[in-house]
Amino acid sequence: MSNKVYVAGVGLTKVDEHWWTSLEYLMTEASLKALDDAGVNKVDSIYVGSMLSPVLQEQGHLGALLAEELGLSSVPAIGVEAASASGAAAVYAGAREIESGRANAVLVVGVDKMSDGLAEEVTAAMMIGERQEYVGFIGATFYSLNALIYRLYMDKYNIDQEKIALFPVLCHEHAVNAPHAQYPFKIKLETVLNSPYVAEPLRRFETTAIADGAAALVLVNEETGKKLDSPKTELVIEAATDYLTPFQREDPLWFPAVQLSTSKALERAKLGRQDIKILETFDATSIMAILSLESSGFSERGKAWRLLEKGELSLSGSLPCNTFGGLKARGHPIGATSVYQIAELHLQITRRAGKNQVDNAVAGLAQSLGGIASTAFTTILREV
Amino acid sequence: MFKIKVPRYWRHKDFRYRLNAWKCNHCGETHFFKPLICRKCRSREFIQVSLPETGKLLAYTVVRSPPEGFELQSPYIIGFIELDDGTRILGQVTDCQPEELKQGMRVEATFRRIREDEEDKIIAYCYKFRPVI
Repeated sequence: MSNKVYVAGVGLTKVDEHWWTSLEYLMTEASLKALDDAGVNKVDSIYVGSMLSPVLQEQGHLGALLAEELGLSSVPAIGVEAASASGAAAVYAGAREIESGRANAVLVVGVDKMSDGLAEEVTAAMMIGERQEYVGFIGATFYSLNALIYRLYMDKYNIDQEKIALFPVLCHEHAVNAPHAQYPFKIKLETVLNSPYVAEPLRRFETTAIADGAAALVLVNEETGKKLDSPKTELVIEAATDYLTPFQREDPLWFPAVQLSTSKALERAKLGRQDIKILETFDATSIMAILSLESSGFSERGKAWRLLEKGELSLSGSLPCNTFGGLKARGHPIGATSVYQIAELHLQITRRAGKNQVDNAVAGLAQSLGGIASTAFTTILREV
Repeated sequence: MFKIKVPRYWRHKDFRYRLNAWKCNHCGETHFFKPLICRKCRSREFIQVSLPETGKLLAYTVVRSPPEGFELQSPYIIGFIELDDGTRILGQVTDCQPEELKQGMRVEATFRRIREDEEDKIIAYCYKFRPVI
């Protein structure tokens, strides 16, 4: 039987274009906030998730780098990478270390700083999560792959774009009162539908923008948790993988890694889908959110849009989703994003979500995807 | 975008120039580059095949926000194609405007320039698809 894992502290930087701030500074800032929130000075190890820093900053070795910045050199510290789920990969590594009994307290950080690259450089850098020799080579982009899936989805289920384009509208609604959100304002459906194509049918407002950010968690075991005054939640994380290119899979409209990691996580947490009161889904594009909702079993296939239309995913709905704006409106600083998702669940469950507080937030689930669900992490947080 | 380096580029020319690929002897899964073990059934026996050069267009899109190295080509079309043997493949679609395309239409492979390395002037070639004339 493995040890339980608790989140004892979280730290978030505002997601923004931080022109005057470096990658090192951002991840150090988030880390210090998390350590202060938990009320700890030292940890047994550090894991840092980042996808783009080796390309955009030409900076690797983030483990030792962050340890040094924090004055914690000598602590084991390792960088981990799983494309846009790199942050969740860091959480996974940290959680497993606590579970195994080898660590009492672990600092987990996710960071990326996209504003150091030009738009074309960032678009190219995002392809390190795909098969470069095949898909990258022909000039395909992350958004063009999403667009193909989007087209297939609309054809298969005979659904209009305006049903799916409601997702970014929901996200912006939820970001309005989120202090750390990149775009804390509402948008209209027409704004989404009139925004230019990135790759048709995918429109600019159905994607995310250049974003910088870092988020951090302090994970502890039960014994350490008891000594700390900070509010805590219990964490379970599971993962699964799939082919890098969704178009080599039997069905590009189904994410088996999401399905598998969801059922593994629910089983380990001994919870059913009805016990999940808040959801953080991975809306790198509107269509990815839709497919994640369906593959995880929170919606029937081809029907996720109905949850949107009926308001089930709103803060007052039956399954509030992306309660601080999700990737679209809180922002998507790639490697940091999944740590933001988990930190936001923690704020909700510990009743520190401010104006975005959801009633009855006793358990929440975060879906963090690398590439087009080539890696899927499912994290469940619950009240303790 | 990665720089075009000759050895790295050259080792994959059999697929990119001629659509030569590998099929698993056990389950029939197509692998574009020489595999050691089948990703689907884990068999280790393969036969080399020439993929059919014609197929149908399952879906297409237009890249309007290009990656580094493709700025001058944008907008260009990316298609998802089912070849006549059932193999599914991604490729650029050329010799036409997006308005001329229809899902389900017949396309054929053609040999084209994909990109030129601006610094070293190395030209990379690859298959692209075009509507069957």
